[in-house]
Amino acid sequence: MQLTVWTYEGPPHVGAMRVATGMEGLHYVLHAPQGDTYADLLFTMIERRNKRPPVTYTTFSARDLGGDTAELFKNAAKDAYDRFKPEAMIVGASCTGSLIQDDPGGLARSLGLPIPVVTVDLPAYQRKENWGAAETFYQLVRALAGPSAPAPGTKRPERVEGARPTCNLLGPTALGFRHRDDIIEITSLLAKLGIDVNVTAPMTAKPTDIARLGNADFNVVLYPEIGAQAATWLQRTFGQPFTKTIPIGVSATRQFIEEVAALAGVDPAAVLEASASRLPWYSRSVDSTYLTGKRVFIFGDASHAVAAARVASDELGFKVVGLGTYSREFAREIRAAAELYGVEPLITDDYLEVEAKVQELQPELVLGTQMERHIAKRFGIPCAVISAPVHVQDFPARYAPQMGFEGANVIFDTWVHPLMMGLEEHLLAMFKDDFEFKNGAQPSHLGAGHAVLRDDAKEQPAPEMIVQNVISVPAAIWAADAESELKKIPFFVRGKARRNTERFANENGVATITIETLYDAKAHYAR
Amino acid sequence: MTVRMQACAASDAVREDTHLTIRQSGQREVFCGLTGIVWLHRKIQDAFFLVVGSRTCAHLIQSAAGVMIFAEPRFATAIMEEKDLAGLTDANIELDRIVTQLIERRPDIRLLFLVGSCPSEVIKLDLSRAALRLSQKFSPDVRILNYSGSGIETTFTQGEDACLASLVPVIPPTVASECSLLIVGSLADVVEDQFVRLFESLGIGPVQFLPPRKSTALPSVGPNTRFLLAQPFLADTARALEERGAQRLVAPFPLGVEGTTRWLAAAARAWGVDEALFEKVTQPYRARAQRALTSYKHELAGRRIFLFPDSQLEIPLARFLSRELAMELIEVGTPYLHRAHLAEELEMLPAGTTLSEGQDVDLQLDRCRAARPDLVVCGLGLANPLEAEGITTKWSIELIFTPIQGYDQAADLAELFARPLVRRARLVA
Ligand code: SF4
Ligand code: SF4
Repeated sequence: MQLTVWTYEGPPHVGAMRVATGMEGLHYVLHAPQGDTYADLLFTMIERRNKRPPVTYTTFSARDLGGDTAELFKNAAKDAYDRFKPEAMIVGASCTGSLIQDDPGGLARSLGLPIPVVTVDLPAYQRKENWGAAETFYQLVRALAGPSAPAPGTKRPERVEGARPTCNLLGPTALGFRHRDDIIEITSLLAKLGIDVNVTAPMTAKPTDIARLGNADFNVVLYPEIGAQAATWLQRTFGQPFTKTIPIGVSATRQFIEEVAALAGVDPAAVLEASASRLPWYSRSVDSTYLTGKRVFIFGDASHAVAAARVASDELGFKVVGLGTYSREFAREIRAAAELYGVEPLITDDYLEVEAKVQELQPELVLGTQMERHIAKRFGIPCAVISAPVHVQDFPARYAPQMGFEGANVIFDTWVHPLMMGLEEHLLAMFKDDFEFKNGAQPSHLGAGHAVLRDDAKEQPAPEMIVQNVISVPAAIWAADAESELKKIPFFVRGKARRNTERFANENGVATITIETLYDAKAHYAR
Repeated sequence: MTVRMQACAASDAVREDTHLTIRQSGQREVFCGLTGIVWLHRKIQDAFFLVVGSRTCAHLIQSAAGVMIFAEPRFATAIMEEKDLAGLTDANIELDRIVTQLIERRPDIRLLFLVGSCPSEVIKLDLSRAALRLSQKFSPDVRILNYSGSGIETTFTQGEDACLASLVPVIPPTVASECSLLIVGSLADVVEDQFVRLFESLGIGPVQFLPPRKSTALPSVGPNTRFLLAQPFLADTARALEERGAQRLVAPFPLGVEGTTRWLAAAARAWGVDEALFEKVTQPYRARAQRALTSYKHELAGRRIFLFPDSQLEIPLARFLSRELAMELIEVGTPYLHRAHLAEELEMLPAGTTLSEGQDVDLQLDRCRAARPDLVVCGLGLANPLEAEGITTKWSIELIFTPIQGYDQAADLAELFARPLVRRARLVA
């Protein structure tokens, strides 16, 4: 047993639902008790889907357990077929469904439905959501594209002279972080290179589309957590190579362009030349100087976390102080990246452990999932979301991809805005003694943007309090002159100066903080 | 006691003649009883709820709770893994380890509920024995109880019923010979306080509440206890209290002006409160609440409403909507119909109301679409899809999380139904 307060991932059948819900014309019949229908609301509420997920739950009860739950499953599958007339069906069981061992696959086959029925057997007590999505997609691809596979060892025929190269986009699902917009961004980028998209899957694909995946020249794996397993099988079976670069950030996007151009045999020069992101210039503009060395903590699924670390470090000049993931399956990728930035990799799905790490590191920016957004909110640290698990605000009304050049623009805005505006910071410092400046006033740009803080205000001690409680035990005492010197420091950095000084004092066994201690600490922490 | 039993029997007979009940079994689109933890942990402030279940259970509570206000909320899930399924001995050892770890981490906890789930029940992990065993280890600092919130046993609000029923055996017996009033079912603190003031003005008391705000301040119960159900989903709790000798005061539920008045009146009768005094005390409240309802009545009168089964509050709500706001009831769904506790309510519904018990969600959606109601009350999984079809909805879970009982909340309750319609009318684009 594992004591769990909050979970990063749902059970594996929720991953299967993400695949089914992203697709068209596929229906999922799930052997599950009634409470498991909660999962529908993830899609209808968080993603604001205008249709119910294409899932039929058998909703067996204790009463049925003595009787015939197998019959219940068969009826549910039959009714679902009659009502929804899907092109194909997937069948399986949730955690409870799997315990009663009814063999949904066998039962569904016994119905003799005139459509492909694919069994997805997900070990509910070992695996989690992303794994479930990957496995479901892989099983679907095998079952639906498998029949058109060439004999093993057959060489891929050369593309017909003059035909445009084609690829599939693999990995996007329902409830994915910005998958909706990444598809558009990458499809248009590929179009500029003269490459057509054969099929995007699972999201937007029909079962009949999955069946023709083999027609493309190569695969673009947008989200390895979900698409890599299927891509590996497609490579083996159809000889389709697949991309390794995740096009998040300007340099990765350029690298991605080169990679696909090589796979497609096209010339990337014109597209690279025209590469139009504002990020590099915005990052070089003088206003961005203040971003230098901002300490950033990054946590998410491995692909997004690794990509974020690269952008943060190489394109925004931040300092990566922490890097981690909740997906153990991709621990290796995170370890490699962590080494690059000289930080301890954090591989855990224990929310409290992540929180403790953030508290310990005291970063100036947190890039994480919805879960880290809550952590950051509690500590009063600016935050931006970079990865699933997502919440309703991660499905913005506007176009907001993470990938490609437009994605880089979006990243610049969403990561930088929560931080103090550069010029504003200078102006505040210059005018700090003006009478309009009340001690303790909030910087203006934090007013509206940090409304979220107010939501929790009733429930939580002020973030400042939490931080101090933790750091300043046992507390050194401030001498009066040091205290008044501290007041001369601009208020928006005063909290940090106080914390650093107290930490310095405690670590050096200083009982009374004098003006000298203050400046000793300043020198100590100077970068 | 006799009065109550007569009421039970009578209402049953009447009901069968006047209302049409649709019973279907198919896919049920409702939460399981674990969901109750979301409001129960806020109500009992020193209790911790440990679900013994799967990742699905943890995910359900997290999704239903919606916001993660607390870093360490007073609920968690002991997620079972492959090896826990292999042998019950191991599962019990694991459970003891987790509980010990939890209690060490949260010394503020006085009451721990081990909450059973579908997986724990299917593998027959006996949580009552575990609770006994662990109680011995941790008493008197922590009391450990168990109940089931599993989806194979309980639907949504039945989780609260199971939780409260598990508390009844540890409630101390009454010592005083005077009668006391017990209000059963969780209410918002603000609503409780309003009722306390009303009962005081009526000279009714002492008044106690189940669940209590602190587990260390449990009410007492005995043959002198008269209890009023504040919620319609408390069948097991009521039975357990009756076994302790307490008597249920027959009443409709305190929703709307009429429901609240008759609910208070049931207690007033039991305490022999003078009718003139009852009139004098309640009249200003009724007048104020009715005034507040007026504008919503303009909005809602004549509108056709369809309720999907969810919290078991549907029948009292339908009674309020039809009698006080003149709405037209198309179908009133409920996951489970407790005929005895709802006898008064059923009598007050317009004759011939279509009720449905249980659910086949696809067939029910067909009926709903065909009826083109003005407003649909349904769960979160159905709301946006129906809105996208042009059908205005009110999410039912809000009815559980919002204070809606009592006079001063009657208009708030009406507003919950009016708001979606007002909004729909406002939006042009
Ligand atoms: S229905 Fe059962 S398995 Fe599903 S969340 Fe509820 S208790 Fe857990
Ligand atoms: S609990 Fe319900 S069924 Fe049982 S005696 Fe009381 S009213 Fe009747």
